[in-house]
Amino acid sequence: MELSDYLPIALMTLLGIGFAVASILVSKLLAPSNPTPEKLAPYECGIVPLQDPVERFPVKFYLVAMLFVIFDVEIIFLFVWAVSYKEFGWAGLGAVVVFMLMLIETLAYVWKRGALEWNVARRQRYRRIVAEGHLEEAA
Amino acid sequence: MTVSIADWFKETANWVFILLAIPTLLGAWRTVTSNNIVRSVLYLVVSLGGAAAMFLSLGAAFVGWTVVLVYIGAVIILFLIGIMITRAPLGMKAELSHASNVRMPAALLSLSMFVLVAWGLIDAFSNTAIEPFEPTPTSDIANLIFSRFVVPFEVVSIVLLAALIGGIALARRDDGGGA
Repeated sequence: MELSDYLPIALMTLLGIGFAVASILVSKLLAPSNPTPEKLAPYECGIVPLQDPVERFPVKFYLVAMLFVIFDVEIIFLFVWAVSYKEFGWAGLGAVVVFMLMLIETLAYVWKRGALEWNVARRQRYRRIVAEGHLEEAA
Repeated sequence: MTVSIADWFKETANWVFILLAIPTLLGAWRTVTSNNIVRSVLYLVVSLGGAAAMFLSLGAAFVGWTVVLVYIGAVIILFLIGIMITRAPLGMKAELSHASNVRMPAALLSLSMFVLVAWGLIDAFSNTAIEPFEPTPTSDIANLIFSRFVVPFEVVSIVLLAALIGGIALARRDDGGGA
């Protein structure tokens, strides 16, 4: 791709930034500004938080992010292959399959270990209640 | 062949470079000066986007889009989740500025890094005019990866596997239950 081919994208980006900046500027200039504490309070958004949440997010999210990064890098290599996969034929497909198997095996491991399970405790409680036969508690 | 300043400004590519360098530098500056850590991450997106656009302007389309996909798409997400799961202050009032005893060494380190890179570039290329070149098509990179570098390509998957195992080892609980 030539540099000039990116001109429409650059133009679109500039237009997008310009539109956002212009909107903010115009609303700042035209809107009357008379804030009171009542106006600044969150409206119908639940109880106003008094402090930052003490509890950390579960570390599980980190594993999901990690998986995402790894498979994102994998996509980069698949992208290279996809550009001209017809040229490479079966040999190229074989190389890519070996490459992918290496990572899919980890995904299978993580899956089997239950790392992708969410809400394990609640589901176990639900199963116990169902097994004991009083469903009305589960509701 | 030497290049005069006037010639430098005649070249359109140089203007494109300046246009991209300004938001990149501003984003980098705000990344380290912002008081809100989430905003810092978003400024880092601006900076990385500028770097990606620079790669595109150099004709390295594949590297440019790799930066977009991997850095802006994935590493930034990892940063945000890293902020989420640690006890980093998320609010607006969070005081992120460090004391001056941390600031000075950091500034010195950045400065010496800058001097080193700048000196290397000036030493190597100050008297060379880089000829106009053709952009590298992604299919050329593909041809290389799937012919000469097919073994390194497979080794990369092992590197990724090692990274995944590291991530699992960090995130798992050792009580034998879920990972």
